[in-house]
Amino acid sequence: MHPLLKYCSGERRLLLGNEAVVRGLLEAGCGVAAAYPGTPSSEIGNNLFFIAQEEDSPIYFEFSTNEKVAMEVAAAAAASGVRSFTCMKHVGMNVASDVMMTLAYIGVKGGMVIFVADDPSMHSSQNEQDSRIFARFANLPMLEPSSPQEMKDMTIEAFEISEALELPVIVRSTTRTSHVSGPVIMGDRCQDVKRRGRFQKELFRWVPVPAVARQRHKWLLEQVDRAEDMAVSSGFNRVEGNGPRAILCSGVSVSHVRDAVNDLGVHDRVRLVVMGFPLPFPKRFVMDALEGVEKVLVVEELEPVMEEQLRLMLDDAEMDLPVFGKASGDLPRLYEFQPTDVARVVAKFTDEDFSEPVLPDLSGMPDLPMRPPTMCKGCPHRETYNNVKEALKQLGIEENTIYPSDIGCYTLALLPPIKMADYLTCMGSSVGTSAGFSAATDQKVVSFIGDSTFFHSGLSPLASAVHNKHNFCLVILDNSTTAMTGQQPHPGIWLKPPGFDKPTISIEDVVKAMGVKNFVRINPYKKQEAVAALKEILSMDGVCVVLSEAPCVLYKKRVSGGRKK
Amino acid sequence: MMDRKRILITGVGGQGNLLAARLLGHAAITMDIPVRISEVHGMAQRGGVVESAVMLGGIESPIISRGQADVLLSFEPLETLRSLNKCSSKSTVITNTRPIVPFTVKLGQAEYPEMDEWFSFMEKNFARFHAIDADAMAREAGTAKAVNVVMLGALIGTGILPFSRAVMEETIKNVVKPKFVDANIKALGLGAEAVQ
Repeated sequence: MHPLLKYCSGERRLLLGNEAVVRGLLEAGCGVAAAYPGTPSSEIGNNLFFIAQEEDSPIYFEFSTNEKVAMEVAAAAAASGVRSFTCMKHVGMNVASDVMMTLAYIGVKGGMVIFVADDPSMHSSQNEQDSRIFARFANLPMLEPSSPQEMKDMTIEAFEISEALELPVIVRSTTRTSHVSGPVIMGDRCQDVKRRGRFQKELFRWVPVPAVARQRHKWLLEQVDRAEDMAVSSGFNRVEGNGPRAILCSGVSVSHVRDAVNDLGVHDRVRLVVMGFPLPFPKRFVMDALEGVEKVLVVEELEPVMEEQLRLMLDDAEMDLPVFGKASGDLPRLYEFQPTDVARVVAKFTDEDFSEPVLPDLSGMPDLPMRPPTMCKGCPHRETYNNVKEALKQLGIEENTIYPSDIGCYTLALLPPIKMADYLTCMGSSVGTSAGFSAATDQKVVSFIGDSTFFHSGLSPLASAVHNKHNFCLVILDNSTTAMTGQQPHPGIWLKPPGFDKPTISIEDVVKAMGVKNFVRINPYKKQEAVAALKEILSMDGVCVVLSEAPCVLYKKRVSGGRKK
Repeated sequence: MMDRKRILITGVGGQGNLLAARLLGHAAITMDIPVRISEVHGMAQRGGVVESAVMLGGIESPIISRGQADVLLSFEPLETLRSLNKCSSKSTVITNTRPIVPFTVKLGQAEYPEMDEWFSFMEKNFARFHAIDADAMAREAGTAKAVNVVMLGALIGTGILPFSRAVMEETIKNVVKPKFVDANIKALGLGAEAVQ
């Protein structure tokens, strides 16, 4: 049995933040969950995937083709009265936002929790957008856990808030909350999970034609006020200490601030205003928390979301309280915080000396060799790139070729010696931007997309490109798994783990059905044949597709039961 | 309550870094010591540097910044050098001596530093320093994969942490697959003895 199903109430276990979220779902009685993987949220889907495969699993889970589809699956379940869940990385919320913005208008019946993991410092992402702005944009309440225990507790409470407001509730973590382990005390697992509900039709609710949407937007704004009341009285917002200077913080910053206050020994000078339920900004709570303080420091990573809310609030109340944070230049809007940087700012704010750690003189340190990430030994992508490069060389057009790329292990092709990734924005962008380069330049365009990414966001731009008669060659790197995020399945997988009984959708059939006439399938390890086939198709006009088929070496090893010696 | 300790564990993907951190975490929970561990996931794992941080005794922040590490436990000498700025003069540095040469060096793009000089530098400049050939000890214990547990043994052997060898052995029995338990317990012992 999956360990997260086994743990008993009262037990204290070491859990990863993301695992604690999954345990929270089991305790809250979530019935339906769906997700597309994305670091730093991936372990949630992975654990749910294995739990859902257990006999008598208490939860339905699927890897959907993208975050938008996953959110739609969860939304409909919640509309039917079933508690539901979806999770994603921050950029996944861009994809799901089309659903989310209007889902906020029509709301839910069963509780629905949307989990989003931001990635300050971009450990494994293309940007560091701040999802808290999405919560404000969509007018949805947001909770911000700061420890594995809170990851579980807030996930559970989010369902209660969601049902009380009939709105989805967002739980936001960052890399350092999702990928931190710590002790978590288990609660009772829900014993009567509602796996199936019944959808009640409501003409003036679920279909937001303009006349309905106008009513629902009004309703939504009323719910925002109710949500703020709930945030004001929520135990997740709390004051620690009663010193004359206030530090407002949320998420991982709470940990940095607590450590700094301990290390500096300035407990008597500060009070911590810990914001576990920061949005909608609970003005009355914050006002009470700031009663009689001399000044406020706001410690939050990325955008000054709370800081701006605080300034507005103080301005409305005509209070002249000095606020320090990003606008004052004390803290940056860039990257995750380093604990010593926070400690330095807290020291300054509390008029305490900060003693820098004494380091030995490291000035003699040479430039150290780097260990940049590379494609694995035997990775089929490397072969594909080398074959395409060789074919273009033989055709004499290598120098004049643009390589739009996409999101996956193969993005590493940007590094030498391959250097075949020239342009990238997001999932699926290889295909749409190929159309643009084809319309705007006379350069050869050869783009690359992975199989999972193709199903995520490649289908629609390919249809558009065929219809609009563009000129490029799309290479689909089909390794039969979503490799980079830890080998999750997708609709096109043909190499399957034992017991996996879902049907395969053939990429070749899909591509041909879309009207692609120039198509070739290659085995990237058969170099001569592959280069010959590539030379032929790379000489053709129109939308051409190469399907390069060979399993991810790590995945193949796992599916075949591991050790091969 | 025990002293608060920040332990930085560094190495290269595949050396069992995260398991070492988790073993410490499980042991801490057994002993009722507050613990928080942060891990590196994602792209960094593909042949790159893998770092984890174990915070004991009530430290909450999951990141170790410049000069903050009380202990640097490094599975690879180049990575020891790379992380030295996380240590202060008061730190304990424990390093494996066996290099894993990066492909950037093999391609001639960079030079692997002369480690002997640096080992003497560490000996002189840090409160405590131990260099051990963990790969050899792991093989002696019966599995080349036990480098992580040899290093853990060395950490326990220094006596810096309030964890006895018995507690770590118990943790290994609970966490590691049964067929690797004996080799790992031997590896732990070899590591511990190497620093005494």
